[in-house]
Amino acid sequence: MKVVKIDKENWAEGIEKIKESYKVFGPSKSKEFHLFKELEKGEAPDLNFLNTRLSPKSMFFPQSEGILCYCLDPNKKDECNIVKEIQKDYSPKAIIGIRPCDAKAFTLVRPNFDNEEYQDPYWIKAYDSITFIGLACSNTDDSKKGMPCSSCFCTSAGCGPFNEEGLDALIVNTDDGYIIKALTNKGEEFLNKAELSANSNADELTANINTLKKQAEEKINSFVETDKLKDKILLDLHSANFWDDECFACINCGTCTYVCPTCWCFDIQDENYGDSGVRFKQWDSCMYPLFTLHGSGHNPRSTKVQRFRQRFMHKLKYYVDKYDNGIQCVGCGRCIRLCPVNIDIRKICNIMNSYEPAA
Amino acid sequence: MKNPLLPYPVRIDDIKVETEDKSLKTFKFVFLNPEDEEKFSYRAGQFGELSIAGKGEIPIGIASSPTEKGFVKFTVFKAGLVTSHLHAMNVGDVMGIRGPLGNWYPWDILEGKNIVIIGGGFAFTTLRSSIVYMLHPDNRSKFKDINVIYGARTPGMLLYSDELKAWEARDDINMHITVDSANNDPNWKYNVGFVPTITEKKAPPADKDTYAIVCGPPIMIKFTQPVLDKLGYAHDHIIMSLENRMKCGIGMCGRCNIGKEFVCKDGPVFTLDQLNKMPREY
Repeated sequence: MKVVKIDKENWAEGIEKIKESYKVFGPSKSKEFHLFKELEKGEAPDLNFLNTRLSPKSMFFPQSEGILCYCLDPNKKDECNIVKEIQKDYSPKAIIGIRPCDAKAFTLVRPNFDNEEYQDPYWIKAYDSITFIGLACSNTDDSKKGMPCSSCFCTSAGCGPFNEEGLDALIVNTDDGYIIKALTNKGEEFLNKAELSANSNADELTANINTLKKQAEEKINSFVETDKLKDKILLDLHSANFWDDECFACINCGTCTYVCPTCWCFDIQDENYGDSGVRFKQWDSCMYPLFTLHGSGHNPRSTKVQRFRQRFMHKLKYYVDKYDNGIQCVGCGRCIRLCPVNIDIRKICNIMNSYEPAA
Repeated sequence: MKNPLLPYPVRIDDIKVETEDKSLKTFKFVFLNPEDEEKFSYRAGQFGELSIAGKGEIPIGIASSPTEKGFVKFTVFKAGLVTSHLHAMNVGDVMGIRGPLGNWYPWDILEGKNIVIIGGGFAFTTLRSSIVYMLHPDNRSKFKDINVIYGARTPGMLLYSDELKAWEARDDINMHITVDSANNDPNWKYNVGFVPTITEKKAPPADKDTYAIVCGPPIMIKFTQPVLDKLGYAHDHIIMSLENRMKCGIGMCGRCNIGKEFVCKDGPVFTLDQLNKMPREY
């Protein structure tokens, strides 16, 4: 696969070329934080950021997405009350500057939406239409923004600052240019379409990437223990006595679930507009009491501690048992940084991993 | 790629009020596109999502049997927005059904065995599907003794009254109908008492060839379980059908999970042995 090094001056020109073939999305500063948005003509992605506040998961799993539509007009006999698919735009898109942790996160999510029994066409088609161009978390002299955050723990969560899973190409920001490594055919096509004037010596550049990767990994100094989770008895962890203490401060606000790139829970709701309407699929959260409320009034997770336990058990035990694919977390640290009451998944993970039931 | 969230269009072909308080009605649906009926091939124990445009969807157990062709039936309790709207609909109205969804009673294991069906309240709907399936001339010889213990609050709350009478008259099925209270009805000739009590009196003895299928409200299940233990039923011979808040019905939306299992996809049918290994979040 192709590895190229380009001058930063050529960057904007390449991005403009890319816009002829893809809708291009990239990080853009909005007030005090960065978000992914579609780049306008002449706009290049702003790569000077720690990480975006929200992952780009909403690009293929929107917060609220119309999926089906219907007519409620009784005069239109042939179509009244018949639910139909909404046609959507699955034209090629490129996300430039996604962090490796976010790209890996979506590969953890995929088995939920794409498995042997059922495939969610909305998630799959939207995800597959995207070319993921990652941005390694490397430090450079001209910007300290590639530094890991104090809450990043990717290296012990099955990921890393240069992790390549889920990416089609990886950009490494160096002092004197961008090294771009194609990882898939989609990534190679992206590079070809960018027509960036490249100065490449693949072996030298790969060695350079490996050195920067090692340096970046050494900067991550926050870790979680996950090695024993698989062997724990599910019911032992579920009935453990630490949940009450750990959930004490939680206010069930759901922030952790919305900022998490690996959270996928959704609701389905109909919204009517006169004689027509749309069936929406929208983010939901296991933190909310209505999430599991039965029509009878019975609620299997009616208390705060039950919902708190559900989130961590799902990420760190149920997922581990179901898929044997590591934990359902990539260590991006957003839920730690943005939790209003300082609940820390690293602490919960370590408690769970070391838990021994009383004899 | 087939879209599992897109309902098949159906027309309401018949509506039958089942109970005296009119809270339960059985809807008979006919598929607008005949090929959809083939796609909706189901096994007794599965459920579907009834979909009313503009109101939403509800997961309901299939009441008809796979041996009944040309239609599909659902018995629906009027409880919330969608079910109330459905109860107000008329024969000829068009709506949608998604499915079939979930797993089913393990018919390959149950063949050649004695079956005791224990049901309460409106959870009896999927048990009707199983009974009709087992009693079909093509299938009856595949099962040994069939016992049915079915309870409702009062005689007027029993579902499928005509069929109950017909089954009662047959000699290849033992019906044990009970009510919590007969309301001093002088004509009531069956049992009076809660389902667990009648189970203790009427259930056949436990052995390796006898399986119990239990479906009912949580309180009934809670008190039936120790009775079956007392009678010696092994936990892998007790088959339950769970109900949780479900939405997508295909294991994606994340709300009906119990541990790593999704009631909508890995269930709703589980053995008690399986449930013992899962958190009691149901």
